[in-house]
Amino acid sequence: MGQNVNRNVVIVGAGHAGASAALQLRQNGWQGAITLLGAEGELPYQRPPLSKAWLKGAVSFDGVVLRKAEVYQQQGIALRCGCRVVALDRGAKVVVLSDGARVPYDVLILATGSRPRDLPVPDAGLDGVVTLRTVADADGLRSRLGSTGRLVVIGGGYIGLEVASAARALGRDVVVVEREARLLARVASPEVSDFYAALHAARGVDLRLSAAVEAIGGRDGRVTEVMLTDGTAIPADTVLVGVGAIPESALAEAAGLACQDGIRVSSTCGTDDPDIYAIGDVSRRPLPFNGGAGRLESVQNALEQARQVAASLCGLPAPAPEVPWFWSDQYEVKLQLAGLPGSEVHRVMRGVSAEGRFAVFHIGTDDTVRAVEAVNMPAEFMTGRQWIAQRRAVSPARLADVAVGLKDAAV
Amino acid sequence: MPKVIYVSATGLHTVIEAGAGDSVMEAAVRNGVPGIDAECGGACACATCHVMVSTDWLSRLPPAAEAERTMLEFAVDPQPNSRLACQIRLTAELDGLVVHTPVSQR
Ligand SMILES: Cc1cc2nc3c(=O)[nH]c(=O)nc-3n(C[C@H](O)[C@H](O)[C@H](O)COP(=O)(O)OP(=O)(O)OC[C@H]3O[C@@H](n4cnc5c(N)ncnc54)[C@H](O)[C@@H]3O)c2cc1C
Ligand code: FES
Repeated sequence: MGQNVNRNVVIVGAGHAGASAALQLRQNGWQGAITLLGAEGELPYQRPPLSKAWLKGAVSFDGVVLRKAEVYQQQGIALRCGCRVVALDRGAKVVVLSDGARVPYDVLILATGSRPRDLPVPDAGLDGVVTLRTVADADGLRSRLGSTGRLVVIGGGYIGLEVASAARALGRDVVVVEREARLLARVASPEVSDFYAALHAARGVDLRLSAAVEAIGGRDGRVTEVMLTDGTAIPADTVLVGVGAIPESALAEAAGLACQDGIRVSSTCGTDDPDIYAIGDVSRRPLPFNGGAGRLESVQNALEQARQVAASLCGLPAPAPEVPWFWSDQYEVKLQLAGLPGSEVHRVMRGVSAEGRFAVFHIGTDDTVRAVEAVNMPAEFMTGRQWIAQRRAVSPARLADVAVGLKDAAV
Repeated sequence: MPKVIYVSATGLHTVIEAGAGDSVMEAAVRNGVPGIDAECGGACACATCHVMVSTDWLSRLPPAAEAERTMLEFAVDPQPNSRLACQIRLTAELDGLVVHTPVSQR
């Protein structure tokens, strides 16, 4: 055990990463005080259900909460909800709260997450134009979807498409407007994009690809339509803006920590201040399987970095690097992705997309598996994820042949 | 309120009063029982909520669906009595259920 375990750690941001780091520190034997400061009023919770089961009314707050309040008490974690940090004073080693109170730290972990990117068009501030990040946002959206009317989703990314699928399940008319020529353009292969375009179209979603938003129009302060640059006006009762997220790194930037689309961190989540760490959506981290650095927005990343910082602070060996992974539920279709494709890859298709069961493997020039996208194919996902971790080479021809067992596709 | 008994790889027993309708995974995670990571929060997407069900209870559970069976096949060290804790909904009939958590889950 390191000599650090008696120091006082303050965690800013009580989301998936911050709450997990607090719990993991205790599990690793940290004996010093742990203070978890979160701006939201609720206990730390999981966001993935907010764009899925929550909108259909299939889950309540109890179903998304990470831990009951008693668990933080039992673990000696001072959780303060509804508590916003407004400044860091690195010289004095204190964080400043919105009421002016100063909280001293020996070790500081920034876990402030990310927030939805604003749409840079006129009148995006009308009533009925919403984003989705918090339970409050999800409650607002759920009640809007409960009444009749048309939903226009701006942005064909995971959150937008999940909301579209929930809104169709509730019987709403849905239009999805995407600037790129395909859905999920930044995050999925063309095969997966095309599959989801066909799926949403078959379920009655009106897809507008290569369509740029010019402005959002309204009457009496309420949204009424979305205007495209080609002159089309799409009537709208609710507009969900889902055009990506930006890191909540203002505190770190103001305090002079190195930032570049996120707070720059090492493989143990350290920033350029030896007493300050950053984890989760807000951090820009090394990508061990790809080289380089990047920001990952996923539960897997939040948990991995919570384990990395907790191990480092407690003087334990660094956990083995994990393969990044993610999932998305739309209608009854489950997408599971592992790895990050990178540039020097070709794609191998296993299964038939028209049958709704297929996987796209991204293979490097040395025939090693770099990434997998699996649609209703959990075995391909689980195996692909192991292959990526092992940097396993495969036979592309055998992998493409569903008659060949998966294990026989590895070389 | 069904009770669930979680037995860790080191033999530690934790008894939890679950809420009706909770899954075996939810009852453990929310109450801070270690050994069930549940990274995907119950979406049947991660297999980090792998448990071994005490054999006398196994036959009393509804059978696993295909997706759960496939995920289990590729989980770390699957056993004949393996299940995904997020896919087992607790009912009054399951009061006293005993599940064992694997070594691989911290
Ligand atoms: C609708 C939706 C669906 C998603 N679906 C998936 C999915 O299917 N799979 C997946 O892997 N990931 C999904 N994600 C992403 C995943 O939820 C995030 O990657 C994860 O929540 C990141 O955790 P975090 O702790 O870094 O950030 P957050 O969970 O955002 O937590 C950050 C917290 O810090 C607080 N905070 C910020 N600034 C301050 C301050 N100055 N003072 C105090 N507190 C502050 C914020 O209020 C927030 O509560 C989804 C996200 C959303 C929004
Ligand atoms: S919690 Fe992920 S599969 Fe059960």
